[in-house]
Amino acid sequence: MSKQFLFDGRPVAFEDGQTILQAARVAGHYIPHLCWHPDFPPHGSCKLCIVKVAGRHVSSCAMPAKEGMEVESNTPEINGERRALLQMLFVEGNHFCPSCEKSGNCQLQALAYDLEMTGERFAHFFPERPVDASHPDVLLDFNRCIFCELCVRASRDVDGKNVFALTERGINKHLVVNAESGRLADTDLAADDLAANICPVGVILKKRVGFAKPIGERTYDVKPIHLVAMEDGK
Amino acid sequence: MIPEDVPAALVRRIVGRHGGDATRLLQILIDVQDETGWLAPGVITAVASALSIPRSRVEGVAGFYQFLHKQPVGRFHLLFADNITERMQGSVELMASLCSKLWVEPGRLSEDGLVSVGTTSCIGMGDQGPSLLVNGQPLTRLSHQRINQVAELIRREVPLPGWPAELFRVDDNIHRRDALLSLDMAPGAALRAAVALGRDGWMEQMRASNLRGRGGAGFTTAVKWMACRDAPGAEKVVVCNADEGEPGTFKDRVLLTRMADMLFEGMTLAAWAVGARRGFLYLRGEYRYLLAPLLEAIDLRRAENLLGRGILGAPGFDFDIEIHLGAGAYVCGEETALLESLEGKRGTPRIRPPFPVSHGYLGRPTVVNNVETLAKTCLIALHGGEAFAATGTAQSAGTKLLSISGDCAQPGIYEYPFGVPIERVLEDCGASDIQAVQVGGASGITLASYEFHRRIAFEDVPTAGAFMVFDSSRDLFDVARNFVDFFAHESCGFCTPCRVGTALLKKAMKKLAEGRGAKTDLADIEWIDRLLKNASHCGLGSAAPNPVVDTLLKFRPAYERRLQSLDFEPAFDLDAALAAARRASGRDDPAAHIGAEEADQKG
Amino acid sequence: MSAPRPKVRIATTSLAGCFGCHMSFLDIDEHLFDLVELAEFDRSPLTDIKHCGPCDIGLIEGGVCNAENVHVLREFRRNCKTLIAVGACAINGGLPAQRNHLDLESCLREVYMSRDGLGAGGVPNDPELPLLLDKVRPIHELVRIDYFIPGCPPSGEAIWKFLTDLIAGRTPRLSYPMMHFD
Repeated sequence: MSKQFLFDGRPVAFEDGQTILQAARVAGHYIPHLCWHPDFPPHGSCKLCIVKVAGRHVSSCAMPAKEGMEVESNTPEINGERRALLQMLFVEGNHFCPSCEKSGNCQLQALAYDLEMTGERFAHFFPERPVDASHPDVLLDFNRCIFCELCVRASRDVDGKNVFALTERGINKHLVVNAESGRLADTDLAADDLAANICPVGVILKKRVGFAKPIGERTYDVKPIHLVAMEDGK
Repeated sequence: MIPEDVPAALVRRIVGRHGGDATRLLQILIDVQDETGWLAPGVITAVASALSIPRSRVEGVAGFYQFLHKQPVGRFHLLFADNITERMQGSVELMASLCSKLWVEPGRLSEDGLVSVGTTSCIGMGDQGPSLLVNGQPLTRLSHQRINQVAELIRREVPLPGWPAELFRVDDNIHRRDALLSLDMAPGAALRAAVALGRDGWMEQMRASNLRGRGGAGFTTAVKWMACRDAPGAEKVVVCNADEGEPGTFKDRVLLTRMADMLFEGMTLAAWAVGARRGFLYLRGEYRYLLAPLLEAIDLRRAENLLGRGILGAPGFDFDIEIHLGAGAYVCGEETALLESLEGKRGTPRIRPPFPVSHGYLGRPTVVNNVETLAKTCLIALHGGEAFAATGTAQSAGTKLLSISGDCAQPGIYEYPFGVPIERVLEDCGASDIQAVQVGGASGITLASYEFHRRIAFEDVPTAGAFMVFDSSRDLFDVARNFVDFFAHESCGFCTPCRVGTALLKKAMKKLAEGRGAKTDLADIEWIDRLLKNASHCGLGSAAPNPVVDTLLKFRPAYERRLQSLDFEPAFDLDAALAAARRASGRDDPAAHIGAEEADQKG
Repeated sequence: MSAPRPKVRIATTSLAGCFGCHMSFLDIDEHLFDLVELAEFDRSPLTDIKHCGPCDIGLIEGGVCNAENVHVLREFRRNCKTLIAVGACAINGGLPAQRNHLDLESCLREVYMSRDGLGAGGVPNDPELPLLLDKVRPIHELVRIDYFIPGCPPSGEAIWKFLTDLIAGRTPRLSYPMMHFD
C-alpha cells in the first residue's frame, strides 16, 4: 500500500521525500506557484503555493507530504489570499502588461487571470528601476522582477556563472549582475544560458525576437496556466 | 581616503587572516570596512577576487547588513536607536538638535565627509537611553548637554579613543536577582559536575530539568540537544544566539557583560551533551564593544583547560568557541537566518524542515540556543535537573530575566521565577498609571491594564525578555507605528507577504498618522495583517502584524480618532502631488490646489 | 409577468486615457440596441451632458494625471451607486503612468524652458489648465472602486458581459477568454 494524504478531500498517493506540491502534481492537481520549478529544489519565496494543513498555512512546495495529512488548496479562502499575494507583486513593481513582450507568456499575469485578479487593491509603489539594455542579446527590465531567484539559481547551479544575485533587503531588495559596472554587458551571460531563458515574467528578454507571436495567440491567451503547467511540466 | 592601489593588497591581507575562507565573508567585510570606511565597488571586487567567489555574491551580502556601507559614510557615523522607548525619552529631538549643530541632514553625508547621522533599530540600551552608536560604540543617557559635547568632539575631530569614557559607560542596572543572577560560580564547576555524570547522565539531568529555550519560542532544550546528538553526522556544532535584536530586550547584553564565563561554560555543557567540537557565539553588531572582553574570557578558559583539547581531562572532550559578529540585521536572530549569516551569506531564513538539529551550520547537526538558556544550564549541572524543574511553573521551569524599560522609576534587569503576574512586575519597577505593557518586544503581545493579572510564562504570556511600559500619557498608535516601521526596516525581503506587506503596513500607518486615513484603511490593515500572519516564510513576517492586531483590538480609538473620513481617502496627499507643477508653473490660484472631498463638492 | 424593469442610468468618462476603452465599448456592435432597451446615458462622450447626475453605474476609463481628473472622478463617485474602473490605465495607471519615474518639475522645465522653440514662454500658468499630479495614479487610490474590468482595452464582449451581469443583479464575472491585461 502506498502512502496517501487528502488533497481537497481527494486521496493523493505519495512517496517519501515528495512535497505536497510534487505529489499533488503527479496526481493531476495543480497548485499555483511562481518561484517553484520542477528542475530546482524548492525556494519558497513567492508563497503562491500556500495550502492549509490541519488549520495551518504551509508552503506546499517545501512541505514534505505525510500520511493522512488533510490539505486544503483550491478553496475561496486560500485563493483569496493567493490573489492578494499577486496584488502585492503587481503593486510592488511596475507591471504594464500592454507594453511587455512577455504578455501572454507571463506566469504572473497568467496566475492573475486564473485567480480572477481584476484589480490591484493596494496603493502602488511605482519604484524607479532603470532597464539595462547593455547586453547585445539580452534585455533586463527590472520593473517586472518578482524575486523568484530562478535566474540566480539557474546561473549559479546550472550555468556555473553566478551572473545574477540579490542585494539590499526588504522592499529595497533588487537584482544585481556580476560586474563592477553593474552592466549585464560586462558579465559572461550568453543568450543560450538557462538563466537567460528561465524568467517566468518579463525581466530577462531576448532581443530581436520580440512579438514573433502576436498578442492574443500566446500560451496563456489560449489556455489557463493550471492546464498548461500540468501538460509540459513547468 | 585610501590610495587607489591599496584596497587589493589590504583586502588580500585581511582575507589571508581569515584563511581565505568564504564562509567568513561577513567577518571579512566587517574587517575590510574597518580599514576602508565603506565598501566601494572596487573593494567589493577585490574581496571577491581574493576569495575566488563571484562578485555578485559579495555584493549581495554587502547590501544586506545595515552596518555594511555600499555608500560612503562619515568618519564619524552616528546611528540613533529608534525604538519607541528611546523616542519617549526624546531621541527624535536630540537627533534633530545634533544634526542642526553639525549642519548635516539625517541620512546624508556631510560635504566634508566628516559626519553622517541616521537611525537604527533598538541597540539594547533601553534602560539607559536615549542612546546611539558612534562608529559602532554605544553612547548612553543622551541629553542636550551630551549632544552638545558630542557635537563639539566631532567638530574638533577628536578620535573616539579621546572621547570621555563616561559617554560610553553602560550600566547593568540589575534590580532583582534570583537563581541565575545571584549565582557565584567558579569557572569549570558546572562542567566538572557534568563530566562526572558522563554524557548520558548529564543529558538525563537536562531532560529532567524541563528547561525551555529563553529566546522566545520556548522549545524544550533537552529535546533539541538529543535530536542533535542522535542526528547522523559526526561533526556537531553548538551555536549561541547572542543576536539580541528584539526591541526592548537587553538582558543578554547584561549576561554577556557579567556572566560571559557562565555562558561559555553553558556552551561547553551543550557540547559535552551532543558531542560537538565546534562552537560559535553569534554576537549582534550592536554589541561589538563586548567583543574584546568576550575573547579574553575565552582565552582564560583555554588556559584553564575549560576549552580546547581533552577538556578537564575527559578523553575525546574537545571543544572550542569562536565569535562571529553580526552587522545590523534583526532577522539573523531567527536561527536559520543566523546560520546563513554564520556561513557568510545574506541572512535569509531557510526552509524548515529540515531543522538545524539535523541540518544546521554547513549542513551539520547544530544546536542553536539563546544566551540565557545556555547560562541556565550551569544551574542544572550544579544543582540537578529536578531542583531546576521544581522552580517556576509546571510548564515553565526556572526563572526568566526581564528587560524593563519605558515609563517606570527603575528600568533595568529583573529576574523572576516564571509565573510572576504583570502587576507584580509593574509594582517592583516603580510603574504607575500604566495603560499598556508590551511584553516580548515588537513581535510580542500588547497587554492592556485589564490583563495585568496575567503571568509571565510560556503557557500565558511568553516573552524573550522585553517588557516595555507605557503610562496613560502615551499614544498606543505611535507605539504600534514604531514597531511597524521596525519590521519594514528589518524584513529580509525574501517572501512576498513580508517584503510587500510590511512596506504596505508602513505606508498605511503613515497615512493614518498624517490624518489622511479612512475607515477603509483599517480594513486594508486588517487584511494585510492576515496575509502576513498566514503566509510569511518565517517568524519575523508572521509576528510583524502583532502590535497592530493587538492595538487595533485593545486601543482602537487611537486609530479611529486619526481618521479624516469614515469612507475613503486617497492613498497619497493630493494637494502635495500638485506642488511640483505649482512650482514649475508659478501658480497658486484656487484651481492650483485640491482640498478635501467636501470642499470639492461645495465648489 | 413582472413589470418591466426601469432603465439603469449609466455615466462614462475618460480621464488620463486614450478613449480606446470607449471605442471598445462601442464594439459591442448590435448589442448597442439591446443596451438601449436596458439603459440610458448620463454624462458620457455619447451624450452632451457636462456634469454627472445621480446614476446607477459609472464607467471610468483612464488614470488620474491632473487636478481636473480628480474633480471628475469625485463627481462620478458622488453620483454613481456602482463605480467601475475600465481598462489598464484606470486600474494601474497604464501608459500615462510610465512617466512616473521622471521628476515632473524637471520634465516641465526641460520641455517649456530649455528646448528650442518653446523656450521663451516658460511653463504654462493659465488657471484654465489643470495642474499635473507628480505621479499618475490608478483611480482606486483616490476613491473607492466597486469593480474592475481589466484589459487594454477590455473587449467589447467583456464590457457587455460585465454590464449585463450587473444590470441583471448577478455578481459580474469574466470568463477566462475575457480576462486579459494587454
